[in-house]
Amino acid sequence: MNKQQLRKIYKKYEGYLFIMPWILGILIFFLWPVGYAVYISFTKWPILGSPKWVGLDNYITIFNDEQFYNSLSVTFKFALFAIPLGILTSFTIAFILNSNIRGLSFYRTIYYLPAVVSGVAVALLWRWVLDPEFGLINSLLAMIGIQGPGWLSDPDWVIPSYILVSIWGAGGGMITYLVGLKDVPKNLYESAEIDGAGFFAKLFKITIPMMTPILFYNLIMGIIGSFRKFTDAYILGGAGNQGKFYLVYLYENAFKYFKMGYATALAWILFIIILILTLLVFKTSSFWVYYESGEE
Amino acid sequence: MNEVINVEEDKLMAIKSKAKFKRKEKYKKLLIHLLLILGGVSMMFPFFWMVSTSLKENALIFQLPPKWIPDPIAWHNYPDAMETIPFIRYFWNTTVITVLKGIGEVFVSALVAYGFARFRFPGRKFLFLFLLSTIMIPGEITLIPVFIMWRNVNLIDTYVPLILPAFAGSAVFIFFLKQYFSTIPKELEESARIDGCNSFQIFYKIFLPISKPALITIGIWSFQGSWNDLMGPLIYLNSYEKFTLQLGLSMFQSLHKVEWGQLMAASLMTMIPVLIIFFVGQKYFTEGIKLTGIKG
Repeated sequence: MNKQQLRKIYKKYEGYLFIMPWILGILIFFLWPVGYAVYISFTKWPILGSPKWVGLDNYITIFNDEQFYNSLSVTFKFALFAIPLGILTSFTIAFILNSNIRGLSFYRTIYYLPAVVSGVAVALLWRWVLDPEFGLINSLLAMIGIQGPGWLSDPDWVIPSYILVSIWGAGGGMITYLVGLKDVPKNLYESAEIDGAGFFAKLFKITIPMMTPILFYNLIMGIIGSFRKFTDAYILGGAGNQGKFYLVYLYENAFKYFKMGYATALAWILFIIILILTLLVFKTSSFWVYYESGEE
Repeated sequence: MNEVINVEEDKLMAIKSKAKFKRKEKYKKLLIHLLLILGGVSMMFPFFWMVSTSLKENALIFQLPPKWIPDPIAWHNYPDAMETIPFIRYFWNTTVITVLKGIGEVFVSALVAYGFARFRFPGRKFLFLFLLSTIMIPGEITLIPVFIMWRNVNLIDTYVPLILPAFAGSAVFIFFLKQYFSTIPKELEESARIDGCNSFQIFYKIFLPISKPALITIGIWSFQGSWNDLMGPLIYLNSYEKFTLQLGLSMFQSLHKVEWGQLMAASLMTMIPVLIIFFVGQKYFTEGIKLTGIKG
């Protein structure tokens, strides 16, 4: 092999040099663990000692596990209300912000702020705001003579509490709509106005259809986010098991009870649920998501 | 055409009732401002509450109706909180992890993205599709196998499991940067190649400087994610002196009788770096969301 040939081969494969870290990472932190996770989910493994093959036992146990159904229902109930309400809130804010007014960037910052400072600090802030006796909300309610609910300590109010917290953070989605709203061609509105379209006609016939790709994106993110909700659910807890979101239950099985096999099986079921929901949303997308010609 | 009609209409309107129209516009804007301020204040309420509580003496915290401006102002909650949890130490730990992770994620993701954007190697399409599919698979599946792997190599209770995976790049960032790099004109690198630059030099001398806005954007995302992460440190760190701020805060509330004044002071101090980064890099933030092209 002469030098020129070598150079040719090098040229052909040079790209691999640059993507090497990722390939290594995928092998060590993804492919191998995923394969291993399949195996672990079929074993009983209290982390000490070696895993013991139990076949489908973990999965069978899961389907008879009341706690599993509880965390699933907590997560679903939350998602069912928090996602639409979050989309509605963030879209409405973006819609109002999209008008030509002064101080736009100031308002945008304020509404976006809650989405920036996630983490334990925010969860603790909410624990205090929702304190049944001395919290912000209930003491404000008390001032106008209303006895506020126990929020996180009252099983009926735990999920509404979480929905409230998530709506507060809806500013993250707002930015995506704001970007989208700026992209709607002005002449669409102008010609609609000439045709005599009013405010609502423009909103439902132009703005919302043009926003559907972003709605779609936020819907998928919302579903995934609900099932991966951890930090605030871990800190806030909730009366009995009413605040035990899916991932918190998974975490407890793995790192509190050290049921590695069982927790991994839970992770696979989480994956399948997310997959099915995402596919369902994708399947329906052709009916309601509007793509401009040229794009996709 | 539309413009002509609009101009005609405007003229007509102007003649008919210029004053009335202007007044209507003014009222509309006033209403928008009013709505935005109302919403903004209620968004900020929990933050005000947090600041107010952090400056209150214990007795004042449990006073009804609550006072917004504490008297006397209990500045000592801040130094007290820094003693209750070794705040400075945790702050330093968190900074080390966040910065190292950030360097890894930004630099390696850029390197890999460059490989995908500029080289036509065999298997490129397949690998890129594979990269996209890894974004879809929730990390919880690999959580336990990866934990076991780190345990087997005796690296639990070190920062290695938290930092090292970042040096394989992040799939989302790679995708984002690849899109960005693809928009850079080829002519730029061709002239550099004629000048004798090799591929790595082109990456280093042309792609990195030219993509500064995109790199800063993902740098901010990376910072935000690592700074606010609870699950990683919760799983991997056991010794108190190695804790991060998020972990320290979550221990704070479970170890001690809840001292809300101190707790809010500590939470506030934890948020500040994220807030600073956000305000400094705000421009890049929205730019970045535009660049990710969520529309497709």
